Amino acid sequence: MKILRGVWIAMLGAAALTGCEREERNFVEPPPTSSAVESLRLSDLRPGPSSPPPAAENSAYQENAYAISEGQRLFSWYNCAGCHFHGGGGIGPPLMDDLWIYGSEPQNIHATIIQGRPNGMPAFGGRIPDYQVWQLAAYVRSLSGLTPKDAVPARSDHMSNESPPTTMEKPSPKMTGSPP
Amino acid sequence: MSLFGDPHFAWRNAQSALNSAGPQAARIEAYWWLIFAVSALALILVVLAMFYALFHSRRRSDLEPEFRPSPKLERSRGWVVGILGAVTGVILLGLIAGSFATDQALESFTAQDALSIDVIGHQWWWEVQYIDPVPSRRASTANEIHVPVGRTVALTLKSHDVIHSFWAPNLTGKQDLIPGHEATLNFRADRAGVFRGQCAEFCGYQHAYMGFLVVAEPPDQFAAWLEKQRAPAMTPANPSQRRGQEVFLSRDCALCHTIQGTEASGKTAPDLTHLAGRKTLAAATLANNPSTLAAWIVDPQSLKPGNHMPSHLQSVRLGGDGPSGLLNQEDLQALLDYLGNLE
Repeated sequence: MKILRGVWIAMLGAAALTGCEREERNFVEPPPTSSAVESLRLSDLRPGPSSPPPAAENSAYQENAYAISEGQRLFSWYNCAGCHFHGGGGIGPPLMDDLWIYGSEPQNIHATIIQGRPNGMPAFGGRIPDYQVWQLAAYVRSLSGLTPKDAVPARSDHMSNESPPTTMEKPSPKMTGSPP
Repeated sequence: MSLFGDPHFAWRNAQSALNSAGPQAARIEAYWWLIFAVSALALILVVLAMFYALFHSRRRSDLEPEFRPSPKLERSRGWVVGILGAVTGVILLGLIAGSFATDQALESFTAQDALSIDVIGHQWWWEVQYIDPVPSRRASTANEIHVPVGRTVALTLKSHDVIHSFWAPNLTGKQDLIPGHEATLNFRADRAGVFRGQCAEFCGYQHAYMGFLVVAEPPDQFAAWLEKQRAPAMTPANPSQRRGQEVFLSRDCALCHTIQGTEASGKTAPDLTHLAGRKTLAAATLANNPSTLAAWIVDPQSLKPGNHMPSHLQSVRLGGDGPSGLLNQEDLQALLDYLGNLE
C-alpha cells in the first residue's frame, strides 16, 4: 500500500512538473540567431544519402503559452489579420488549414515572415525583433493545431465574441437543394 | 527614476485628494474631512470609555461571595448600550447620505461648453485624443493631459484591452475604463498646476507604473499648446536628425509608433509627434531627458518588465548591422538626436 501511495505522489509530482515551462515569461529575449535561415529547406528532396531531420529550433516558443498569446497579440498589432483574417484567409492564404505552401516547420514560417513571399506577403526582416517573429510563428502554428495542446491558451486574453482559435471547427460542405 | 529631480514639479501634493484643485475634488475632500472628523471623535470617545472602565471597575471583593446582578442596574445599563448603538446607526446612515449627496453633486456638474477629450487606456499607458469636428484639427498625445483652467473638461474614457481606472485625485474621483464601453468623466481645474494621476484598477504587470500627468494651464497658454500639438512633427534640421528619422522609419519603431508628417503611422503605441514637449516618458515613470530616453529605447524591459516595447539591448550590444542587428550605436545616437528634438 505504502509503495502504491509513493508511486501516486511521484506521478502527481511528475504531472505538475510538466506544467513548469508552459507559463515561463522571458522579457529579455536571447540574441537572434542567423542559423535558422541557413538550415532551412523548402523541399524534402535532397541529393545523396538521407540525413536525419534537423532538430526543431526555438522549440521554447512553441511550447510556451506566453509566447503563443504574445504571438496572437502581435498578429493583430502588425495587421496580419488584414490579409489572413483570423486564420481563415481572404486576401492571403488561410493559416488554420493543414495546407502549407512554404512549409509548416517554425523555421519555415520564420523565414516566410522575415523574407516575405511572392504575391503580397511583405518582408518583415529588420522591421520587427527576431523573438517576435518566433512568437508569431508559434501562434500561426497553433492555429492549425501544430503546437502542443497544453501550451495553447484555452481562452483568448482579449474580450471578444469569437471562439478561441483552438476550438474553432473547420467548415464542412453541407448538402443543399435536391439531387438532380 | 522619478520626477523628484524636477525642480518645477511640486511632488508632495501633486497626487493627493487633500489638495483639491477643482469643485469636484473639493466636494470629495470636504466629505473626506467629515468622515475623518466623525471617526476621530468616535475613536476618542471609545478610548475614553475604555479607560473609564479600566480605572473605575468594581473591585473583586465587591462581587464576592457570589455574583448577583441587580435587575434595576442591568436595565439602566441596557438602555445606555441601546441608545449608543442607535446613535452609531444614525451616524452611519448620515455618512451614507453624505456619500450619496457627494455622488449626486459630482454627477450634476454640467458639462456645457466642455472641452472634449478621449482618453484610451492601454497596457500600460494612456492615449489622449483632443476631439475636433475637423479631423485634421484633432491632436493626439500620450500620458499627459493638458486642460485649460476654469473650463469644464469632458473626458470620454475607453479601454483598448483590459479594465483600467482613471484617477486624478486632485481633480475628481475614479472612473473605470471598460473595454467596449464608453464612460464619461467631467471635471474642472480652478488653478494652474501639474497633477499626477494613475491607473486605479489592477491591469497587469506594469499597473503600478501606469501614471499620467494633468497639466492645468491658463486658457491662452492651453490654446497655444493645443495649436502646437495639431501641427505635424518638425522636419529634421541637420544630417544627424535626418539619419535619426531614417532609423525610425526603417527599423521596428514605425510599426507601432506614429509621427505625424512622416510615414510612421503605427497605432498600437504612443504618438511621438511631439515627444520632446512632454515632461515624462513611460507613463509618468521617467523624467523626459536624453539619458532616460536612451535607456528606455535600449532596454525598456529592465525599466518596466513585461511592457510591450521590445528590448534592443542585444542588438545594441552586438553593434551589428544587417537583418539581425536592429540598432547600432551610431544609429541610436542619431535616433536620440531626432526624437529629442520633436518639440
